[in-house]
Amino acid sequence: MNSRGLRSQLQDSVPVSGLCPQGAYGVQDSLRSGFTSVKNELLPSHPLELSEKNFQLNQDKMNFSTLRNIQGLHAPLKLQMEFRAARQVQRLPFLRSSNLALDTLRGSDESIGFEDILNDPSQSEVMGEPHMMVEYKLGLL
Amino acid sequence: MATLTMSRAPLGGFSFENCKRNAILEGETSKLGFSLPAARKTGTTICGVVFKDGVVLGADTRATEGMIVADKNCSKIHYISPNIYCCGAGTAADTEMTTQIISSNLELHSLSTGRLPRVATANRMLKQMLFRYQGYIGAALVLGGVDCNGPHLYSIYPHGSTDKLPYVTMGSGSLAAMAVFEDRYKPDMEEEEAKGLVRDAIAAGIFNDLGSGSNIDLCVITKGNVDYIRPHDEANKKGVRTGDYKYKRGTTAVLTKAVSPLNLELVEESVQTMDTS
Repeated sequence: MNSRGLRSQLQDSVPVSGLCPQGAYGVQDSLRSGFTSVKNELLPSHPLELSEKNFQLNQDKMNFSTLRNIQGLHAPLKLQMEFRAARQVQRLPFLRSSNLALDTLRGSDESIGFEDILNDPSQSEVMGEPHMMVEYKLGLL
Repeated sequence: MATLTMSRAPLGGFSFENCKRNAILEGETSKLGFSLPAARKTGTTICGVVFKDGVVLGADTRATEGMIVADKNCSKIHYISPNIYCCGAGTAADTEMTTQIISSNLELHSLSTGRLPRVATANRMLKQMLFRYQGYIGAALVLGGVDCNGPHLYSIYPHGSTDKLPYVTMGSGSLAAMAVFEDRYKPDMEEEEAKGLVRDAIAAGIFNDLGSGSNIDLCVITKGNVDYIRPHDEANKKGVRTGDYKYKRGTTAVLTKAVSPLNLELVEESVQTMDTS
C-alpha cells in the first residue's frame, strides 16, 4: 500500500528549472541567489554543492555494490528491503522524525558529522504549513 | 495559492545559499577597492618528533587575521583522545571544529570497541573527512600519539593526503622548523633531547616567520602519560618600560600651606539594596 499519492510522486520526479524563480511567492530572491540568468539556474553556486547533496546516496551505492561483489546479490537486496521498511516509519509530514531505525541500520548513530552540528533540521526556523504538506503527501494538491 | 508555501525537509550540514550573493558582493567591493574581511588563520609553526618512548608535539601561539595579530596566546595543540593530540595550522575555526568532531567520533568508536583508540584510526577519519570537502576546509594538521603499537606521527594536508614520518613540520614557518630538524634529528632520542630539539625548531619558526610568534607550547605523549606544557618557553615577552615619567615627592619645593575645612550638611540619606543574586 503506497501511502503517497501518485500525483505527488510525479511532481517530485520532474524537476523544472529555468522557468520559475525559486524565491518566495515565485519572485526571484536577489539577495540570496543573485540576479536571474541562465547560467545561475544551471550551474551550482559552489563546487561542493552537488557532491554534498548526493553524498549519502553515493556512499550507499558504493557500499552496496562492494557488498554485492563480495557476498552476492542477496546481501544488498536484503539490506535495501530493511532500509525501505525503516524509512516508512515516519511522523506526519510537517513534523521532524528521529529516523532511529534508519540511523541504526546505516551505522550513523555512532558517528557525528557536520550534518549534526550545522543546520540541524530540528532547530530550523521555518516550518511547512501543516495542511499543505499533508495534502501534498496524499496527492490531493 | 502562492502565499502558502511548502518547505522540503531541510538537510543538515553545510548550506550553500549565500555563495552566489557573496561572489557578487566580492566582485562589487573589489571594484571599489575594498576587500572582504579575511578569516582568522593561525599562520603558524607546528611540528612533531618521535623519540624513544613516545612523541613530542610543539606549536607557537600566534593567531593572525590578515596583517594583525588576533590572539597573542592561542592554543594550537588540540585534544583528540587521552593518548592522541593534534596540532592545527590553517584557518583557526576549521582546525578547531575538525579536531572536535574527530575527537567525538573517536570517543564513540572507542566506547563501541572497548579499547584505547589508535592513531591510525584518527588519521583515517581525518583524511576521509578532509578529502570529502576537497580542500575547502583549510586545516593542515600534525597528529601524534602513542597506542598499543607504539608511538606514531602523521602529517595531514587540507586536501586529504597524509604522511607517516619520524619528524614533521606544518604551517608558514614549516621551512624554518624543518631546517632545524634536518640538521639535528637522530633516531631514538631521549625525552629531554627531543624537547630541546622541538623547542629550537619552533623558535626558528617564531623568529624567522612573520606569521608565527609569542610562546612555545609543548606536548609530550608517552605510554600512559601526557605532559601538556603550556607555555614551555616564553620566547617573546612584551617589553618592560625602562624609564618612568613620575616625579618623586619633594621635587617641587613647598613654600606655604593653608588648610580650610569644608563644612557640609547632611541633607538626605537613602539606602538601596544591591541585587547580588
